[in-house]
Amino acid sequence: MKIIRYLIQKEFLQILRNKTMLPLIFVLPVVQLVVLVFAANLEMKNIKLAILDEDASISSLKLVSKFNASPFFSVSQSTYSIELAEDQLKNNEADVVLHIPSGFEKEIRRDKQTKIQILINAINGTTAGICNSYITSVLKEYNDYLNIQLVNPELSRNKGLDIVSRFWFNPDLNYKIYMLPGILVILVTLIGMFLGGLNLVREVEIGTIEQINVTPIKKYQFIIGKLLPFWMIALFELGFGLLIGKIIFSIPILGNLLYVLAYGAIYLMVVLGIGLFLSTLAKTQQQLMFLVYFFMLIFILMGGIFTPAENMPQWAQNVNYLNPIAYFVKTIRMILLKGSGLQDLIFEFVALSVYAVLILSLASWNYKKTN
Amino acid sequence: MKDAERIIKVRKLYKKFGSFTANKDLNFDVYKGEIFGFLGANGAGKTTAMKILCGLSKPTSGEVKIANYDIYTQTNEIKKNIGYMSQKFSLYEDLTIKENIRLFGGIYGLSKSEIEKRGKELIKHLELEGAKDKLIKDIPLGWKQKLAFSIAVLHEPDIVFLDEPTGGVDPITRRQFWKLIYEAAGKGVTIFVTTHYMDEAEYCNRLSIMVDGEIVALDDPLSLIKQYKSSNMDEVFLKLVRKI
Amino acid sequence: MKAFLGFIKKEFIHIFRDFKTMIILFGIPVTQIMIFGYAVTNEISNVKVIILDNAKDEISRDIIHKIEASRYFMIADYIQDPNDIEAYFKKGDVKEAIIFEKDLEKKLRKEGTASIQLILDAIDANTATLIESYTSSIIRTSVNEKYSNPQLIRIQPEFRMLYNENMEGTYMFVPGTMALILILISAMMTSISITKEKELGTMEILLVSPLRPTQIIIGKVIPYFFLSFINAVIILALSYFVFDVPIYGNFFLLMALSMLFIMMALSLGIMISTLSSSQQSAMMISIFVLMLPTMLLSGFIFPIDNMPTLLQLLSNVVPAKWYISIVKKIMLVGVDFQFVIKETLILFGMCILFIGVSIKRFKIRLD
Repeated sequence: MKIIRYLIQKEFLQILRNKTMLPLIFVLPVVQLVVLVFAANLEMKNIKLAILDEDASISSLKLVSKFNASPFFSVSQSTYSIELAEDQLKNNEADVVLHIPSGFEKEIRRDKQTKIQILINAINGTTAGICNSYITSVLKEYNDYLNIQLVNPELSRNKGLDIVSRFWFNPDLNYKIYMLPGILVILVTLIGMFLGGLNLVREVEIGTIEQINVTPIKKYQFIIGKLLPFWMIALFELGFGLLIGKIIFSIPILGNLLYVLAYGAIYLMVVLGIGLFLSTLAKTQQQLMFLVYFFMLIFILMGGIFTPAENMPQWAQNVNYLNPIAYFVKTIRMILLKGSGLQDLIFEFVALSVYAVLILSLASWNYKKTN
Repeated sequence: MKDAERIIKVRKLYKKFGSFTANKDLNFDVYKGEIFGFLGANGAGKTTAMKILCGLSKPTSGEVKIANYDIYTQTNEIKKNIGYMSQKFSLYEDLTIKENIRLFGGIYGLSKSEIEKRGKELIKHLELEGAKDKLIKDIPLGWKQKLAFSIAVLHEPDIVFLDEPTGGVDPITRRQFWKLIYEAAGKGVTIFVTTHYMDEAEYCNRLSIMVDGEIVALDDPLSLIKQYKSSNMDEVFLKLVRKI
Repeated sequence: MKAFLGFIKKEFIHIFRDFKTMIILFGIPVTQIMIFGYAVTNEISNVKVIILDNAKDEISRDIIHKIEASRYFMIADYIQDPNDIEAYFKKGDVKEAIIFEKDLEKKLRKEGTASIQLILDAIDANTATLIESYTSSIIRTSVNEKYSNPQLIRIQPEFRMLYNENMEGTYMFVPGTMALILILISAMMTSISITKEKELGTMEILLVSPLRPTQIIIGKVIPYFFLSFINAVIILALSYFVFDVPIYGNFFLLMALSMLFIMMALSLGIMISTLSSSQQSAMMISIFVLMLPTMLLSGFIFPIDNMPTLLQLLSNVVPAKWYISIVKKIMLVGVDFQFVIKETLILFGMCILFIGVSIKRFKIRLD
């Protein structure tokens, strides 16, 4: 135990003395957390709408004004031909083109039905889908208005089918409270997996490991001495990040904060174990970095942080059984935002604990002190 | 010499890497308080043999005893009783002199007060009082080598292994370094040193010369010079290497 | 010149001899594009829904049937008591509950109004909004089909989804993945290989040789340029053949601009190497500074137009943003060069800037 204390003391001295690492460990994550949380938004507010109005009637103007009044659209351009309109789409000057053909008003009055064309830049299928539904609802509003005006004023009392939506746990639809825990998980994972592993390989590459190997230090003592400091730093940052979230973004903490930290503590053991394991596979810092980068990117993009993991194909969801981020990000969000308790997250608890035990034993076993 | 004072015993030591034999049938003894030189060209197998003696690597076959502990089963006991300083400089560059002393003292299980006491003596002895809070990377190489040696013997081991300890150091510092080695030997510490500086080899009590994984000569420097009818160790070495 | 060619040869040998690194360099991009191409998407599919049907009439049955048939939803359970919803949400799998009120159809016919309640687990506001709008539109179409009044005016919108008719998620994610992989791999490789030489002290040997500093740097970068280019070709081939992402525009223009992007990433790597003293800090800068911003501020996952103004401004310095824009425009829209001039100039400018800073830093170090 005494030996481990000396090793940990050494690691902290080295970390705190490293002028390039310190800001990278303590300042950059905080800055990224605060700034990037704002980026993760799919809510469309300023859909750029170009109008191609070939009818130029009172009815068509009224329709345009309905779009103008909607908070989701900014009517940016008027355009005079379908070619020009498509150029605007190509140049990203418009996201949507609303094409009102000539005869619009006439057909409404004569046939009681008419067609309009809507062109949507659909490269991003999801946002295109959202656009579609916003446009539909503006059109419906306009349609109702026409019916009240032209067909039957009584209709204003019959609302027809009313769909009432309730958004539980987050009635304001604040995307930041969901993203902050996600980005925080990425940051502490980077610190744990990356720095922990790197630190080991570095001693091998510099050669100081030889000096350690001839001493009576036991394998486990060395590993603990190497990993524990980063475990502590990462856990500290997890707590600190939550504090920032509470103060700046007022994220709700409905559940027990201690549960978050407890899950975090186990999770970070998994992360450090993976870092350690990868470091036993790599001969140089360069190789280790590519390995860590490879797994980090997969863990992050598949873990459900930015895009919902439930939407992935089944095989990808099966891969997530090996993805520690998937477990922890779900856990932290559910505890904080829904107030879920241990009984709701028992599977994640067992999975992470088993994972930690397995990966740490595998890594220590693989980490051979003698060659 | 008496068997009781024998501190390293090597018999029929072989080390193979696949089809390549790095050490072939090594046999020698080293006695307490002796300065034992281990010579050879680069790639002759010195470092391999040294790593085995330190418990960093296991022999393919043969008997090796360090301070009467068996190399196969008692590596941890061996590690407690040896010191080691390697070719590559092995103190932590981003720790200060004092912090390195504390770390290695702590690793070898010295108590706080012992670390304090021996550390003070060490710093005073090397005349580093003004520099004790400097980072290792900020002090000259010669100081680093002397310091690394002193830290390697801080826990008063029976044997200290030095792997080309004076590489890249100027002759004056090398002399000072050897003064430290003699002091340690005087206190009964056995010194096992590899080098390729032939003038340095002459400082040793006994020498073994390795060529292609085998020990081709083993005696005290003067007898070797006489035996090979040479004027200095340099000539002895060249003759031995060329002959094969 | 001869010395220079010899030096480049040495660099190539260094890289290709290291089998592990080679596997890593080519294996990573291929595996990642395969996984992300198939798995990562923000399309909604198989969202678990629970139903509380107090109506049990034709309308509710019809809606439930439509929901069940849709690829977006799957019905996880039918419940009797609204108090159970919270428990389902807290376990985390179920995202939405649909509640039909009693006598739905009767009310709709007699009083002309009735209501259906959607309850969403909204901790993920983005997804909740999507789910809600998809559900509403299924419900609306289903009810409209049955209860439309021929007396009323109907405006029929014809939607045309340009450049991505079937709204494939891959169209969105493949260009982003390309940018992410190319910039990270290129920048990391160069910055680390240069700092490694510094750390090992071999850089000084090179510097005292007759090679000029710029030659040294170029020599170090050329092999990686070559590697990255092959990577770009592989990634493009995979997205074309495996993921059916079309290339409507000029293939050679796309390749040329990809080379420009790679050049930019390599110069960024050189600049990072001049800013960091050790491999460790070079890696940390490459990963910490590049990874998250490239993911989040480039339009890879989240549209830049939705961000606060400050972030929109910030996104302009993220090189991947411009490359993603180029790739989308050329591949999916099929535009000519004139539509990507702005992006090209910006990437070119970044490239010059990074090289300039590197040369300046490099000279300072030598003085």
